[in-house]
Amino acid sequence: MAADMASSSPLLQGVGIDKSFGAFQVLKAVDFHAARGEAIGIVGPNGAGKTTLFGVLAGAFPPTAGTVRLYGDDITDMSATARCRRGIARTHQVPRPFLGMSVFENVLAAANHGAGLAGGTAEALAVETLERTALLHLANRPAAALGLLDRKRLELARALATRPQVILLDEIGGGLTEVELHLLTDLIGTLKGDGMTIVWIEHILHALLRIIDRLVCMNAGEVIADGEPVAVMADPHVMRAYLGSGVE
Amino acid sequence: MMSPVSFAIERWTSASRLTAALSAALLAVLVILPLFASGLVVDKATTLFVYVLLAVMWNLLAGYAGLVSVGQQAFFGIGAYFALRLVDFGVPPYMALVVGPLGAGLVGAALSVFALRLKGGEFAIAMWVIAEALRIAVMFDPAVQGETGTSLLALNAFDPELRRNLTYWLGLGGLTAMLVATFLLLRSKIGAAAQAIRDDEEAAGSIGIDVMRIKQIIFVLAAVGCALAGTVWLASAITFQPRTSFGVQWTVFMLFMVLVGGLGTFEGPIVGAVIFFLLQEIFGDFSVWYLAGLGFVAIAFALFLPEGIAGWIQNRSEVRLFVTGRKLRINPQ
Repeated sequence: MAADMASSSPLLQGVGIDKSFGAFQVLKAVDFHAARGEAIGIVGPNGAGKTTLFGVLAGAFPPTAGTVRLYGDDITDMSATARCRRGIARTHQVPRPFLGMSVFENVLAAANHGAGLAGGTAEALAVETLERTALLHLANRPAAALGLLDRKRLELARALATRPQVILLDEIGGGLTEVELHLLTDLIGTLKGDGMTIVWIEHILHALLRIIDRLVCMNAGEVIADGEPVAVMADPHVMRAYLGSGVE
Repeated sequence: MMSPVSFAIERWTSASRLTAALSAALLAVLVILPLFASGLVVDKATTLFVYVLLAVMWNLLAGYAGLVSVGQQAFFGIGAYFALRLVDFGVPPYMALVVGPLGAGLVGAALSVFALRLKGGEFAIAMWVIAEALRIAVMFDPAVQGETGTSLLALNAFDPELRRNLTYWLGLGGLTAMLVATFLLLRSKIGAAAQAIRDDEEAAGSIGIDVMRIKQIIFVLAAVGCALAGTVWLASAITFQPRTSFGVQWTVFMLFMVLVGGLGTFEGPIVGAVIFFLLQEIFGDFSVWYLAGLGFVAIAFALFLPEGIAGWIQNRSEVRLFVTGRKLRINPQ
């Protein structure tokens, strides 16, 4: 797998990403890459710029400087919609369901517009995705009536129904009970088994470590460590910035 | 591997089939109504059609796509104006009354590129400004004679009773076409995308929905519908005064009807339009007090029944007369 990674250009890549909101610089020359099929964890204290990096990679807003590449193509100016159709999906830290629609309609919209499918093919993908995310029994429930775990599952189901190459998961485990988190982590493990590229921001390390091949640690808008998970966790900079701050 | 789930999608219920059948029967009665009803009834029914059409269009924009516009009078006025000018160019009047709204749709398509870049309140106010700008532009046309306005004199060539009936059928045909188009659009994946945008625009973009294009489709359809209401109004009033046709009161009426009937429900604007029509019939003679009363009713609904009459019923009943969503039925293995 290592040889494969080295030989081809990364599936998703950010080069020299700067992002400022007004006078406040959130990202400073961040380099990030994800190879096809790789599972990467991103950790760091609050305010490190993790979610902002996702925003830049998924096209929610443009970087102030730097380039985003998908399969080597420059997609820096591409809209979030176009990126989704090219295979980048993301989930939001606070789930953002379409509250006026049912669970099934939420997921079907993703299959119709993100995966570009029509009619029965789209419906079959939506049903399959609901089954996989354990939401099938809630298919006709209004999204507004879901609890937190099911909202997180719906957020994931909607992203999966766009048929992504790479999925960006933003603290999808946050706020869940231990059992719920375990179920969700198992599900993410099956995605990895299918060959999907996974980038996962998470504070809950033990869940992350079950899945990931590589760990990136960010602090104050910079990548301070990037490599084999256990080695990164043992890095003194990481311990000071992240573990030293008392989380986990 | 999971075995594929056997499923069916339910798009019609017994209630919605019955509603469709009754609607078709009602349409058949309405088509022949002028043959046996008095001229007054035909005139009143034409007015009701205009109200229903306006309410359905405003609900399509605000209730299903989250586009709150206070400038829909722009299309009401420009549709009538185009129809007038087409008649001046020699187009037969009733054809002009149909083609005028299509021209308004083109204006809507051009405006959408700028207006839909704005969000929320900015979009609402920009639409009002656009309506005022169009009114002033139209007043510069010598044929309109500024504030004085002009008349669709070509309609005077028709026998009054025939004219009344033709206008009625124009209103009924226009309303039916726009209702069917709205219903089909809302049932399509475009309608689902519009509702997703209404609920969360950024999330809609992030699952591959082309936010701008979907909004444009809804915006242009609503422009054509409001313009059609404007030409039907012109055909029954004959006179065209920019201050009346481009007046903000049309949007106030739309807002009232949709809020009272139920925002974001298919039935709501129809219910609201009927109520508005009845209020106007009963209390219309009290002019200023009537308008104040409308204001109080609107405030009362906003405070105590924000979901409107149809919304209130839908929160308490599973029955839907018009089904725009999709229910998933899993077949037992």
